[in-house]
Amino acid sequence: MSAQLALLPEYATAHLQLTLVALWFGIAVSIPAGIAVARVPWLAQPVLGLASVIQTIPGLALLAAMVPLLAGLALPSIGFLPAVLGLALYSVLPILRNTATGLAAVDPALIEAARGVGMTSGQQLRRVELPVALPVIVAGIRTATVWTVGMATLATPVGATSLGNYIFTGLQTRNFVAVLVGCAAASLLALLLDGLVRLLEAAVQRRSRALTWTALAGVALLAAWAGGAALASARSGVAPVRVGAKTFTEQYILSDLIAQQIRARTGLPVELVQSLGSTVAFDALCSGALDVYVEYSGTIWATIMRRDRLPAARGDVLREVSRYLAEEDGIVVVGPLGFENAYALAMREAEAAKLAIRTISDLAPHAPGLAIGGDYEFFARPEWRDLVERYGLRFRQQRSMDSSLMYQAVAGGEVDVISAFSTDGRIAALELRVLADDRGAIPPYDALLLAGPDLTRSRPEVIDALRPLVGSIDAARMRALNLEVDENGAAPSGVARRFLEDLSEPEPQPGTLH
Amino acid sequence: MIQLDAVSKRWGETVVVAALDLQVARGELLVLLGESGSGKTTTLKMINRLVEPTAGRILVDGADVRGTPPHELRRRIGYVFQRIGLFPHLTVAENVGITPQLLGWPRQRVERRVAELLQLVELDQGLALRFPGQLSGGEQQRVGVARALAAAPAVMLLDEPFGSLDPLTRDSLQQSFQRIRRQTELTAIFVTHDMLEALLLGDRIAVLRSGRLEQVGTPTELLRRPASEYVRHLLDTPRRQAEQVEALLGGAAS
Repeated sequence: MSAQLALLPEYATAHLQLTLVALWFGIAVSIPAGIAVARVPWLAQPVLGLASVIQTIPGLALLAAMVPLLAGLALPSIGFLPAVLGLALYSVLPILRNTATGLAAVDPALIEAARGVGMTSGQQLRRVELPVALPVIVAGIRTATVWTVGMATLATPVGATSLGNYIFTGLQTRNFVAVLVGCAAASLLALLLDGLVRLLEAAVQRRSRALTWTALAGVALLAAWAGGAALASARSGVAPVRVGAKTFTEQYILSDLIAQQIRARTGLPVELVQSLGSTVAFDALCSGALDVYVEYSGTIWATIMRRDRLPAARGDVLREVSRYLAEEDGIVVVGPLGFENAYALAMREAEAAKLAIRTISDLAPHAPGLAIGGDYEFFARPEWRDLVERYGLRFRQQRSMDSSLMYQAVAGGEVDVISAFSTDGRIAALELRVLADDRGAIPPYDALLLAGPDLTRSRPEVIDALRPLVGSIDAARMRALNLEVDENGAAPSGVARRFLEDLSEPEPQPGTLH
Repeated sequence: MIQLDAVSKRWGETVVVAALDLQVARGELLVLLGESGSGKTTTLKMINRLVEPTAGRILVDGADVRGTPPHELRRRIGYVFQRIGLFPHLTVAENVGITPQLLGWPRQRVERRVAELLQLVELDQGLALRFPGQLSGGEQQRVGVARALAAAPAVMLLDEPFGSLDPLTRDSLQQSFQRIRRQTELTAIFVTHDMLEALLLGDRIAVLRSGRLEQVGTPTELLRRPASEYVRHLLDTPRRQAEQVEALLGGAAS
C-alpha cells in the first residue's frame, strides 16, 4: 500500500503537467480563433463546426488516434506528446465557443464609444472587447479545465503517466484501493483547479485587483511545481530505460522484474510505461519510444506478420519471428523467458465434464447454446478468426470484457467459455478446464524478451543485464506468480522482487530445507 | 470651421443623405433637427468618419477629414451619443482620461485634466474611482460629456445626448452644456428630434427631411419665417405649448 502511495507525487505531478500544458495549448489556439470568428462572421460555422466534431469523438478514442497520427509524422507517438495533443484538442471547443459568443455579446454602444474616443481596432479589441467578454471566456476556461483533468486519466493507455495509472493498473490487478486512490486524487486535483479558476472568475467579475493577484499567484505556483519537476527530470541527464507493459497482470510482473533487474545490474534509471495496448507497445518499440518489453511469438506471428498457416515444426515459429523482427524493424529477441502464455478456451470443469468436452472440436456442436467471453482485443484478432474458420464455431453470444473480469464471469456463469491466458493462475484456482486445440489453430505464444534497435546499439549493457532472465521462468512458475497477485492481492513489484532474490540465490545444497 | 460640400450617403438603393451643403462657424452650436429617417445622425457621423460619405467632402478647420486616419481624427473631435457607452470595466476617471491616454499624455497630466473636467461637468471628485454601473443616468452622461472634452477638442458632436434622461435631468444637463460651451468656445453640432430643445439650445438650426436640407437659420428666423409648410408645421408644437404656458402664467397673474 505504501509502495503504491509512494508513486502518488509522481503520478499527480505528471497529471498536473499534462493538464497545464494541454490547457495552455488549448487557450493559445482557442482565444485567437475565437477572436477571428467574432471578427469574420462566415468563419463561425466551419470553425465551431470542426471543434464540435472533435468534441463528439470519445475521449479515449481521440487520445488513441493521436498515436498513429504522430507515428505517421515521425514524431514521438507514445507518452506525453500524443496525450497532450489529444487533451488540448478536447479543450478547444468550450474556450473557443465562449470567446466567440462573449465577444459577439459585447454591447454595440461600447464599440461605438470605443471608436468615438479614437481607438484603433486593435485598441478596441484589447481595451474594450476582450475585457468586457472576459467573464464569459474565463467560464469557458473553467469548463475546459475540469474536462481536461478528468480526461487526463485516460492518458495511461497511450503511455503517458497520470493518475490514471492507479486506475488502470488497479483494475487489472484487482487492487481496488489503488483504483480508489487514483479516483480520489484525480477528483481532488479537479476540485483544486476548478476552485482556482473560479477565483479568477470572481476576480474578473468583481474587478478586484487583490483577487486577481491571488488567483494568478495560485496558477503560478502550480506552474512552478509542474515546470520544476519537468526541469528536474530533464536535468538528471541520463535518459531512463523505458520498459513497457501491456494491460494484464503477467505483463505488470514481468515489466517490474525487468526494471528491477536493469536497475540492480546497471544502475541506470528505468521508467515503466504500463497499460499499453498490444500494437501501441509494438509500434513504440519500433520507433524507439520504448526500449524493452515482453511480447508473445504467436501475437507477432498472427497480428504483425499476418501469417495464418503454422509451419510443420512449431519450433520454426520462433526462428521465423526472430528473423522477421530483426530484418523488418531492427528488433532484437534477447531470448525466450521459458514459458508460453497462449490463448486457451476454458470452461467450468463441472460443465465440461457434463458435456464431455475435452477439445475445441468437442465444443463446436455445443457452441450455439453457449456464451463466450474474451478480452478487449481477442475478437478482433486473427487467432479468433482462425478458430472460427477451422472449427466452425458459432456462439450464442460474444462478450468483450476486461481481461481480469473474464475469470469471474465464467466462474459465475455469466459466460460459458472464455479466451483465457494459459499461465493465469485463476484457471486452476477457479476449477476451469482448458480445451485442447486439436486442429492446431492457435500458434505458440512463447514469451519473448524484446529490445528496441536504439537500446541494442547504444546501451548493450542493458541487454547483458537481461540475459540471466532468458529461460528463467517456466509455465508453472509464471502461473504461481500470477496467482499471488490475482488471488492473494500481492503487489506486482513485490512478487518481482522476491523472484529476483530467488534467482540470484545459490543452488540449495542437498539436504537443506528450502 | 466645419464645411460639408455636396455630401451624400446611400445604402444600396436607399439615399439617406442627398447632396448636403452646410457650414458651421467657429464657436457656433448648430442643431440638426429632423424626424426619424431624416438623415441627421448619418450626417453627424460622417464628420468624424464613423460613417464614410458616398460622395462629397467634409472639411474641418480647412482640412479634408479623409486626409487623417479615422482614429486620429476622432481623438481631436469629441463624441457624445444617446446610449452614453461608458466602459463598464473602467472607473470614471479611467473613462474620462481615455483619449488623453491614447494620445500618450503623462499620467499626472491626465489626472489633473480628469479633476478639471469633473468640476466642469459639476460632478463630485469622489466619483472618480467609482464604476459607471454605480452612477445615475444623468451622472453617466455628464461623465460622457467630460470624456468627450478630455483632450480639449475644438469640435464636439452630440447625437441626442440627453434623449434617455428624464426631463428634469435633461434640463439640468442642457444648462450645464451651454455653460461649458461658452467657457470653452467649443464648436458643436447637436442632433435632436426634440423641437423645443433645438429652439432653446441652437445658435442656428438646420432642418433635415428625407436627407435634404429644408431650411437653415436662427431659431427666430425659423419661427417667424418658415421656408416651407413642413418647417412651419414642425415648429407648431413648441409654439403652441409656449403660448399655452404663457396663457397660464398670464391668467394666474390677473
